This record gives sequence, C-alpha cells and structure tokens, in this order.
Amino acid sequence: MKTLKKITVVAGLIAASQIQAAGRDYISVVGSSTVYPFSTVVAERFGKSTSYKTPKIESTGTGGGMKLFCKGNGVDTADITNASRRIKDSELKMCHENGVTDVVEVLIGYDGIVVANDVNSHEFKLSRKDLFLALAKEIPTDKDGELIANPYTMWNEVNKDLPAVKIEVLGPPPTSGTRDAFVELAMEGGCKNFPWIKDTKDADKTKYKSICHTIREDGAYIEAGENDNLIIQKLQKNPDALGIFGFSFLDQNADLVKGALVDGSAPEFETIASGEYPVSRPLFFYVKKAHVAEIPGMKEFLNEFTSEKAMGEEGYLTDKGLIPLDQDKYIKVKEDVMNLKSLEL
Amino acid sequence: MNNTDLVKQSLQKRYLKERMFKAMGFISIATAILFLLILLTDIIGKALPAFTQTNIALEVKLSADDLGINANSSESEIRNADYRKVIREALSRLFPEVTSRKDKRELYTLTSMGAEFQLRDAIMDNPQLIDTTQRIEFLADDDVAAVVKGAIDRNLPESDRRVKNQKLAWIESLETKGQINSTFNWQFFSNGDSREPEMAGIKGAILGSFFTLLVTLALSFPIAVAAAIYLEEFAPKNRFIDFIEININNLAAVPSIVFGLLGLAVFINFFNMPRSAPVVGGIVLSLMTLPTIIIASRSAIKAVPPSLREAALGLGASKMQSVFHHVLPAALPGILTGTIIGMAQALGETAPLLMIGMVAFIVDIPQTLVEPSTVLPIQVFLWADSPERGFLEKTSAAILVLLFFLVAMNAIAIYLRKKFEKKW
Repeated sequence: MKTLKKITVVAGLIAASQIQAAGRDYISVVGSSTVYPFSTVVAERFGKSTSYKTPKIESTGTGGGMKLFCKGNGVDTADITNASRRIKDSELKMCHENGVTDVVEVLIGYDGIVVANDVNSHEFKLSRKDLFLALAKEIPTDKDGELIANPYTMWNEVNKDLPAVKIEVLGPPPTSGTRDAFVELAMEGGCKNFPWIKDTKDADKTKYKSICHTIREDGAYIEAGENDNLIIQKLQKNPDALGIFGFSFLDQNADLVKGALVDGSAPEFETIASGEYPVSRPLFFYVKKAHVAEIPGMKEFLNEFTSEKAMGEEGYLTDKGLIPLDQDKYIKVKEDVMNLKSLEL
Repeated sequence: MNNTDLVKQSLQKRYLKERMFKAMGFISIATAILFLLILLTDIIGKALPAFTQTNIALEVKLSADDLGINANSSESEIRNADYRKVIREALSRLFPEVTSRKDKRELYTLTSMGAEFQLRDAIMDNPQLIDTTQRIEFLADDDVAAVVKGAIDRNLPESDRRVKNQKLAWIESLETKGQINSTFNWQFFSNGDSREPEMAGIKGAILGSFFTLLVTLALSFPIAVAAAIYLEEFAPKNRFIDFIEININNLAAVPSIVFGLLGLAVFINFFNMPRSAPVVGGIVLSLMTLPTIIIASRSAIKAVPPSLREAALGLGASKMQSVFHHVLPAALPGILTGTIIGMAQALGETAPLLMIGMVAFIVDIPQTLVEPSTVLPIQVFLWADSPERGFLEKTSAAILVLLFFLVAMNAIAIYLRKKFEKKW
C-alpha cells in the first residue's frame, strides 16, 4: 500500500514538473498527406545536417492543414502547411481575417495520379473519356442534354478496344486530395469531350460539376481507404481490378503493378514532368512569414527545401517520386522564396 | 408406455444434441486459434527481416583536403564538412568502370542516405581519424538490404525486378568480396522514426507511449480508485448516485474518438496546451480509461465480504479506517488488474490521438512530456502508409513490439491476481 502511494506520488510529481509553458524551438508543419512523404524527407535531412531540431510534420490533409495554419499567428499555430492543390481564395481570406496576412507560396513540383493494375494482367490504354464513361454516375446519351444512369459493366462496352473485363476500380474516398485531383483532372477532362456538357459549364456550373465530378456508387468504384499500399495488395489478389493512387507508389512497386496509358502517354517520370501525362497536379507548401524570424531554423529549412540538391532536377526528392519543376520555374520559385514574396488576395 | 421408456426414447436425441453443442464449441475455439496462428505467423514471418541490418564495408580515405577540415577544426566545421564526397569516392574506387553520370548516380544509392551522418558522427567522436584510411561499415540502402535478405528474388527477369541487373551485379560483386555483412539491427531499438526504412527505429514511439501512459496512470489511477471507494463505501443510496453510476457505465462504452474530439476542443483549443504532446495524449487517454478502472475497482471492493468491515467497525475502527486498512488492501489485486488492463487498452489506442496531432513524423526522441511525440500504434499506422517497400517489415516488427508490451502487461495483471487473490 505504501509503495503504491509512493509510486503514485512520484509519477504525479514527474508529470507536474514537466508541464511548463513552452516556447517552441522546432518547426511545426501540417497539411496534405500527398506532400507529407517529401516534406518528411527534407525535415529529416535538415534535422540531421544542422544543429536545429527536426521539424514535426503532421499529416492532416490539405483542408485540415489550412484550418490549422490560418488559425492565427503565434507559437501554438503551425508554421507551414502542405497542400496538394493551390490555396483557395476563401482560405486565404480566412487567413487574413485571423491576422495571418503574409503567406508565402512555394511550388515544389508535380505529382502524377496513376491508374494501375496487376503487372501480369491486361494492358490498359485508356483515355480520359473512357475513365469518365466507366466511372461517372450518370453518362450522356447520343441525344444532347440527356443523361442516363451508367449502364456499363465491362470495359469493352465503354470502348471496344479495351479488354473484356469487369469494371472494378479501387480508389480513394471523397475525403482524399488524390480523389479530388483525379475527379478534376481525369473525369472532368473526359467529361469536357461532350460539347453540350462543356457548354453547361458557363450556364450552370453546379450542374456541370455534378455531371463531371460524381462517381458511380453501384459497386464498380470501390472506396479502398486512404492507404495506397492496401490498394496495391488488393490489385495483386484481383488481377481484373484497376487501382488509383499516387505516382510514388507506382514507382516503388513497379515489380507488382503497372500503370495504364492515359491519352496515349504512360505514367513515367519524364511524361509527368513534361506535362504530357494528363493526370498530374502541382504540389505546394505555404509559409507563415511572421514566423520566419520567430521560430529558429525556418529560413534554413526553406533554404534546404528549395535547394537544388532537394527539389532540383536530380535532387533527392525525385528519388522519392516527386516530379521536379523545369529550370525556369525552379529559379523563379527559389527567388520568390528567398525574397519571401507574399501572396496577394 | 411408461416414463422410463419415454426417457429412453429421447435419450439418444438428447445425447446427440449435447455432442453437437460440444463439437460446435470446439470448432469455434479451433477456428479462433487457427486465425490467431495465421495472423501471428504472418506478422512474425514478415517482421523477422527487420531485425537484421545490412552493412557495406568501405575503405574511406578521410583526407583532410577532401573534407576541408583538420584535427583542430571546431565542432561546427566538422559538422558541416562534406562527407558524402569521400563515401562516393570509396564507391567509385571499387567500381572504376562506372563513368557515366547516370550510372554513378545509381552507384551512389548503394549506401544509405544515413551513411554520411554515420561518418560524420564517427569523426566527431574521434577527430584523430582525419587523414587516415578507415574500413567503415556503412548502412546499406533498403533496396540493397532487400536483395541481400532475399526479399527481392534475383532470378526474376529484369523487367519485373525492382533492382536492375547493373545494381544487382554490383551487390553480388560486393558480396563475393565479403564487403556485405548482416548484423543484429540494434538501431531499430535506438533510433527515432526516419523516412529511410533502413534507419527507422522505434525508440521514439516507445518513449512516447511510455510518457503518455505515465500521465494516464498518474491521473486515472488515483481518481478512479477514489471514485470507486466513494461510490461503494460512502455514497448515500439515492437517485443522484444511481444516475452517476449509470453514466459511468455509459462512458465506458463511448467510442474513443469522441474523447479525442473533446481533447482537441478543451485542452488544445481552450487551454492552449501543445499539440502532439504526450501530456495531452495522456489526459485524453485517462478520460477513456477512468470508467474501466472505476468499474473494475468497484466490483473488487464489492467482492470484499461485509464481515471484514463489520469486524473492523466492531473493534472500534472508524469507517475510514475500516476502508483503508482492511477493505482496500483486500480489494487491491482486483483494482490493479483492472488498472493494468485499462492501461493496456490505452497503449493500443489510436483514434483519440489522431485528433490531437500525435499522428506526425517525429525524428527526435522525446525527452519530456511536452515535446512532440507519437505512440506505438500510430507508428505502425504511419509505416503501413509509407510507399517504400522496406517499411513492410518495419510495420510488422513494430506490431510485434506492441504485442510484446500488451502481452507483458496482461501477464503482470494475471500474476498479480494469482498472487494476491483471496478466496473468501
């Protein structure tokens, strides 16, 4: 009984002694899970090669990161947020309202979204139109302005050149940035091929979005969670299925899965970098300018991230699957970061 | 027909029913064990390679000129010297036929990204090494380790193999020269997280879990035991107390993520406590374990026979003396068991910690309760989500470590119960 009392008291004391109001001596990064793998690599190198502490990086998703980032200035808010899309006007406005007036945007490179299947399975040569027709909830008929529930169950019904296998696509859930980008780049890209739908964009934007962005819910598209490794495992079990995930996972698992051609170009490093592969998106991070002077190591961290050896054409981030910027853009980005150029509303 | 006949007639049927029931019970147990075995063999099979570490021994010329430092250089000069260059030179000397830029780049990926820091730390420990040639064992890259460990099949056709022929030839040449060896992976237990699978370790997560549980124990144990004693021994029997009891039981069934949301709203947003810190994690988890411990403690106190209390009171002890001198010691084994099981539950909990920022990449090993840290189950989650294939084995190894702690805690609970349990 006595020892027990002692243990409780000691544990309580240790706990109490360590809670103190803490200033922060490490960089706090939040945001997109797509940028997370790149951000963490830079952070680790930064921590190992300098005397600063290793930045803490949370994977909260782009939207969640923006909320934390724009909460205000001060050590209890994040210094940097990663984003797999550009900051929205509404988000920047929220930032400004909360006193975060100076935000520096850094474009770090591109990420491709691939449609892949088991390495020993059929070759898929898809177009964005095929993807739209196979995965949209409602598709247009021959008559302009008419929509029907998606009737296709086999790929060769969508396009007779495609293999005769059941349409089964494993992809991320709606909360995922990858899903947003896939819908926007691949589905909408295919959707625009129908002239009358394209015309509705100006007339009725909500209708246009609901036609192009709604994925079918009858079981052909299977929400496989945010874990891309899981999708790859499932593709091996089911050679007829296709999966949607980020390029870095294809890069690491090239012996297990192969990427489908989209609009005639294969998802490869060069095609994504040149913009030839259509389903690719820019990756960003945003820096709170007010914190650059306040948090130790911020300037050096920005320097490391934007250095040639990190995000340059042969930098170590490319080994992790980041598609680098071309030289002109890189120089521009580097310059803006060094001058801490703020985003205008 | 008399009764005996009736019974005899139905006897066979009743026996059959009993046999069937037994068989079904046995089958369900056997299925459960089978699944457990499959799960464990799968995890252990995948985890084993994580405990060996592959090294490449290289002759590095640590010339003062190349490094730009000498034995008298200051610590920061030594820290910032370019160690990558000498390692690359050592590799180039081994394979002088590699000349094109692209091939060289490929060649330099044989050693881990951590190799330069390994060399730096060696020189910082002993600056006398400068201007000597040393044979140093560097960490191999995860792809090299995968080939050496057999995770990548060398007989596959090149197009299906992650490591291409050129690199494979280099690895095999190093192997025949005896420059590749495998040792026990101590780093796995001494490093923090890393994005390079070969350097990733679990110490940060173990310490994070330790600090978190420390806070949980320090908060929930005294509060829960005091609450249980009050409710069992002192509380008047009225509607209000009944209402509290019902609510404690309900709290035990609340999904844990709700506590995470509460923690985010109250501790982080309102009290401005730091994100990702074990102290907040511990407070949130103690909210979750409180009901478990209260319920276990109450039933342990209830199981103490009333005669004990009455004897104490009869000999002139006060109510409080009877409770603290007689009832509580007798109930302690049950209370401790409940506490340990509650703590084991908290150890395996992930969901509430998602909300308070403990899902983060943290390399530095936490030293205090307010430094950012993560915990074991979250480390498993983060590694399972990483694209690099080398993390597959790390994930399974981390699961094994977590299972080890869970089993150990439950074993302690069983031991305490067996040792101190009294039959009344």
